[in-house]
Amino acid sequence: MTSDAALLDYLLRLADNGLVLAQRLGEWVGKGPVIEEDIASTNVGLDLLGQARLWYAYAGEVEARIKGTGRDEDVFAFRRDAHEFRNLLLVEQPNGHYGDTIARGFLFDQWHVLLLRALAGSTDDRVAAIAAKAAKEATYHAERSADWVVRLGDGTGLSHERMQQAIDGLWMYTGEMFAVDAGEEALAAAGIAADARALKDPWDAAVGAVLAEATLERPADGWMQSGGRTGRHSEHLGHLLATMQFLPRAYPDAKW
Amino acid sequence: MSKEWPLWEVFIRSQHGLAHKHAGSLHAADAEMAIRNARDVYTRRNEGVSIWVVRSSDVVASSPGDREALFDPAQSKVYRHPTFFPMPPEVKNI
Repeated sequence: MTSDAALLDYLLRLADNGLVLAQRLGEWVGKGPVIEEDIASTNVGLDLLGQARLWYAYAGEVEARIKGTGRDEDVFAFRRDAHEFRNLLLVEQPNGHYGDTIARGFLFDQWHVLLLRALAGSTDDRVAAIAAKAAKEATYHAERSADWVVRLGDGTGLSHERMQQAIDGLWMYTGEMFAVDAGEEALAAAGIAADARALKDPWDAAVGAVLAEATLERPADGWMQSGGRTGRHSEHLGHLLATMQFLPRAYPDAKW
Repeated sequence: MSKEWPLWEVFIRSQHGLAHKHAGSLHAADAEMAIRNARDVYTRRNEGVSIWVVRSSDVVASSPGDREALFDPAQSKVYRHPTFFPMPPEVKNI
């Protein structure tokens, strides 16, 4: 795999995480537990969508370097099928109840902020610039979701129980965040990508501290799901894409 | 305990403004959440650089019934406006 091909794959992983999680958060619009949360979680979704657009734009340019022409953000988002998406399995998991959504966001945000801070020092100027901008947004996302984990975990008996179940249920999707394949390893060696394995210890420390404050138990690292980053997804992604892609698929090139 | 979160008044200082201005109100369980919610609800279009929140129940307001006694007397006091001093043309921004 040439380094540009590996970079394209890496950028799509970053972009797809943002797009898919943004779509999930968008599903809460008008249905949030309170209007303030409705707006706040939509803001997070829009931040992630904005980041995804930047990653897609760069991915298109890298693709053009390889093939002569590159896809644009709309083609990446609306004209690919589930097996072509490279996002983590974690972000495509259904919203569930609000505690499930918070737990999913929390586990992702704590990783995302570490990743982006590492990428801000990338030897690839574009990657570094996008990551530096996105890291500020992710820092707020991480504070917000951690705050809710503490509130719900250390809340009532019922909220504690549900929050623990949410964390337990999603834990098997966290291993994939720290896996590195050959392409990523080469990019990391060149200083372009972050070595995801190095994020595990700081992530454990940060997540552990919040869970302790929330009086929640950190689940044991058991068997972990993987496959999202190579296009093997849970059935949920197909349903998500069916909703997200319906309009441009039914009315190709429709203009807003 | 009431199931409704208490109401908070939000004051935002804009990029160029000197003083915080009332922006609106929102519900939050405590002060920390009120600041976060204010950030998300009232500064998402780059409106501000600083936020104050205060519980609505802590705001003491004048009574609409006292309006005549409080405010009508000020209507006929033109001499309280500093408009009777000739200003030299060199002085600007006053």
